[in-house]
Amino acid sequence: MALAEETAIDLGAMTQATAALDEIRAMVRPCIQCGTCTGSCPNEFAMDLTPRHMWRLVLLGRTEEVLASRTFSLCSACYLCSLRCPRGLPLTEAMGRLKQLAARRRLPHLRSGNLFYRNFIASVRRHGRVREMEFMSLYFAQMMNPWLPLRYAGMGMRLLRRGKVELRLPSRGSGRLVNLFDKVAEMESRS
Amino acid sequence: MNYLYYPGCSLEGTAREYDISTRALMAAMGADLVDIEDWTCCGASAAEALSELLTLVLPARNLALAEAMDLAGRDLLVPCSACYLNLRRVEEKTRVSHALRDRINEALSVEGLVYRGQTRTRHLLDVLARDMGAPVLGRRVARPLTGIRVAPYYGCQCLRPYPAFDDPETPRSMEPLIRAAGATVHDWTMGGRCCGASHMNTKMAVGLERVEALLTAAQGADVIATVCPMCQMNLEAFQKKALRGTEASPVAVVYLPQLLGLAVGLDPEVLGLGLNLAITPDFRQKLDRIPTAA
Ligand code: SF4
Ligand code: SF4
Repeated sequence: MALAEETAIDLGAMTQATAALDEIRAMVRPCIQCGTCTGSCPNEFAMDLTPRHMWRLVLLGRTEEVLASRTFSLCSACYLCSLRCPRGLPLTEAMGRLKQLAARRRLPHLRSGNLFYRNFIASVRRHGRVREMEFMSLYFAQMMNPWLPLRYAGMGMRLLRRGKVELRLPSRGSGRLVNLFDKVAEMESRS
Repeated sequence: MNYLYYPGCSLEGTAREYDISTRALMAAMGADLVDIEDWTCCGASAAEALSELLTLVLPARNLALAEAMDLAGRDLLVPCSACYLNLRRVEEKTRVSHALRDRINEALSVEGLVYRGQTRTRHLLDVLARDMGAPVLGRRVARPLTGIRVAPYYGCQCLRPYPAFDDPETPRSMEPLIRAAGATVHDWTMGGRCCGASHMNTKMAVGLERVEALLTAAQGADVIATVCPMCQMNLEAFQKKALRGTEASPVAVVYLPQLLGLAVGLDPEVLGLGLNLAITPDFRQKLDRIPTAA
């Protein structure tokens, strides 16, 4: 694979998604629909489904509706819902699993988040460490939205002036972690 | 007070002053830091969005390297909260599941590495609050930050899901340190609320909303003290944008070791203060009025 290259949607993707969703469902099975997670979430205002509602749909196995929502992609992993859930459910981790599931399916409505993470991790695969300017430029290029970088331009300039980022052309890098990434991909395709 | 040290990628780039000031403060307090040799990225918040196994294997590689060092008995000091959580998660999860440790080790075998589960990852705030402690800091204060009001900002991932050193809902561990530095604590309830994390990159409107809420609650403080590069970046670099059209005034934002470093008499240059993006004129004036250490 190379996480960067993997993930063409194949015919088995749907069955895989259902199996993965089963796992997530098992994580939240004891949910009593109390709504504490919704009340705790700092990003709830921007979500289309409240966390409580989304967990309900997960429990009902309504995969398509869950994956069509933006709710899980708006989780910023603050762990407040996990801390407060009266059933002690690993909700943040379950949100992470949904993100992974969505990433494997390359859902169009989650495109920008996906590209961001993909470019980030591709940079790590090549260099071992993150080269911030490189992955940001690749991300902007692939978003094909010429106005997007402008929203960050002021910040970019201030960072450049302070020598905190460098302008470097994307390079192939030393392939620092390629073997490790390939091994992980191979192991994940087995399970 | 000697530690292994994992800086993480941000501390080599956008958060250089966090690295600089952590090293300077720890040295001033007589602590020795040794970097993990050949460390690599912990996966940040990206690995979690893509692959469960990678989320564990990337940090585990660094823990395995730490164990292989001569100074393996030392605790591992980590200033970045996201790195801290990623490293700590591996320790916590492999402690309860040996099967998981075997799985991680199968992946690490391609690098010739083994993780045995013997590391102890500690957040910088934990080390400052408990290993050093306010009384020791207080004795070293050469330039009390009298009249400076500090809003302690903890963010999320040094507190949750593993509350190792503070209350995960109402954190207070910074307060004794701030008082020992001679400054005043800004009393607020937002210290452990989320800054929006990486939303600023992918969903800017949502991130801006979080930052505005925090900056509004910080009104009256001269400076916000942070312990995480992502919190710091969100609060300083997007401050103007977040406050546009509101009544709120700008607030300075610095890393906790920068603030404490000033109090022990270190030079602002030595603490990388020139690299911060949000040092307000008011904060600078107040600082300038405090006599430098003799
Ligand atoms: S807080 Fe827990 S039990 Fe309550 S609705 Fe949310 S997931 Fe269910
Ligand atoms: S962990 Fe995610 S879903 Fe839970 S409260 Fe925080 S942002 Fe919301």
